[in-house]
Amino acid sequence: MRRKIAIAILLIVCFILQTTVFKVLAVAGISPNLLIIVTAAFGFMRGRKEGMFVGFFAGLLIDLFYGTYIGFYALIYMYIGYLNGFFNKIFYPEDVKLPMLLISLSDVFCNLVVFVLFFVMRGRFDLPFYFVHIMVPELIYTILVTIVLYFIILRINKHLEKLEKRSAAKFV
Amino acid sequence: MAQTKKYKRKKNRSIPPKYLLLGMTVLCVVMILTGLAFNLSGGPLQAAAGYVFVPMQEGINRLGSTISSGLSDLKTLREVEEENAALKSQVNALTEELNQIKLEQYDVENYRALLKLDEKYPDYEKVAAHVIGKDAGNWFATFLIDKGSNDGISVDMNVIADEGLVGIVTAVGPTFARVRSIIDDAAQVSAQVLSTSDNCIVSGDLPLMNTDGRMLLSMLKDEDDEVVVGDQLVTSNVSSKYVQGLLIGNIASLSFDSNQLTKSGTVTPVVDFEHLSEVLVILEIKDNDALEG
Repeated sequence: MRRKIAIAILLIVCFILQTTVFKVLAVAGISPNLLIIVTAAFGFMRGRKEGMFVGFFAGLLIDLFYGTYIGFYALIYMYIGYLNGFFNKIFYPEDVKLPMLLISLSDVFCNLVVFVLFFVMRGRFDLPFYFVHIMVPELIYTILVTIVLYFIILRINKHLEKLEKRSAAKFV
Repeated sequence: MAQTKKYKRKKNRSIPPKYLLLGMTVLCVVMILTGLAFNLSGGPLQAAAGYVFVPMQEGINRLGSTISSGLSDLKTLREVEEENAALKSQVNALTEELNQIKLEQYDVENYRALLKLDEKYPDYEKVAAHVIGKDAGNWFATFLIDKGSNDGISVDMNVIADEGLVGIVTAVGPTFARVRSIIDDAAQVSAQVLSTSDNCIVSGDLPLMNTDGRMLLSMLKDEDDEVVVGDQLVTSNVSSKYVQGLLIGNIASLSFDSNQLTKSGTVTPVVDFEHLSEVLVILEIKDNDALEG
């Protein structure tokens, strides 16, 4: 229960920051994607199931306010969380390289899906342009934010796991 | 659907993740399909989310504007003086222009009286709103405003700012509304050149917006070759969703298409979309039936 509340607050805070503060701090009209960081992080920190649910709710938030169809972003983010869960076995909190790589891949994957479904479908095929002008800047900005946000998420998760262990020990 | 429910009911550790994923995928697809089939957007879920999030977003924005206004107070006196001088000369120029326009207005009113025309551009009823959040990604130019159906806003109403067209309302909750800017890649506006009344299409284009801050102009029928760069574009009378006569922007470049009949080019919008914070919603929906009938 405590974990659910913590994740819900984290998602809400990230969503609001992403659509307000970071839109003002946008560099050349590009802002970072915080929700993808949270989704990917919970995927590889906690496994497929939790990544899936965190992704689902992160996507649902975007759908409710900015999506054309409810369920679309929920679906994409859910799969991103789930796929990140496969790397749970080789994840070590001390190592930063794997999280960085996975978050980057997740961000690019998410943008590619949006590009294919909303741009290629309308006859806009110039992938190199969109890649250089939208995806790469967003990726760089997202990685910069990851450096800070990832350690916050890591600490929250560590704290939650400690509390869970303690209450489990109490009951057993 | 029945499958999904079953999985949701006993959401415990025993279900393997892949079956959960399957169930959730079905749930998402069902949601997308119902949205597509009934053209719903959100419904009660969206309304509830609005009640939770809109006050928070408003709070953040108020905080942000307080900080930024505090920062701008620190502008040096010299800057303000320079700006003052520039503004004074602008006031002079504008006063001159205004006088001229007043004279012309007098003429126009006379002609109208003669022709017994109604006022061409009625004063639309408007409601002011704050921009409280922008699209979560970088692909679309949509944003949220802090007024919704409780304030009389409904889908397809036009949104303006700085006396220029901003966009159109695409979704409404009780306390918020979503607006799609005219610079969005999927947006199209039927426009006309103010000086010659030639019709054309102005559409948002992400690459063009990203590199030059412009929109795409196409299908301009200008057989007499009268339209020039710098001409103003307004929403046209044949537009199905935009009320007539809202300023869109100025033509930035123009050339004949290969068919030598139509022209295309680019348009610089009058609205500063990057720093949009307050907008006006026109509380009037263009009557489509009258046009089609």
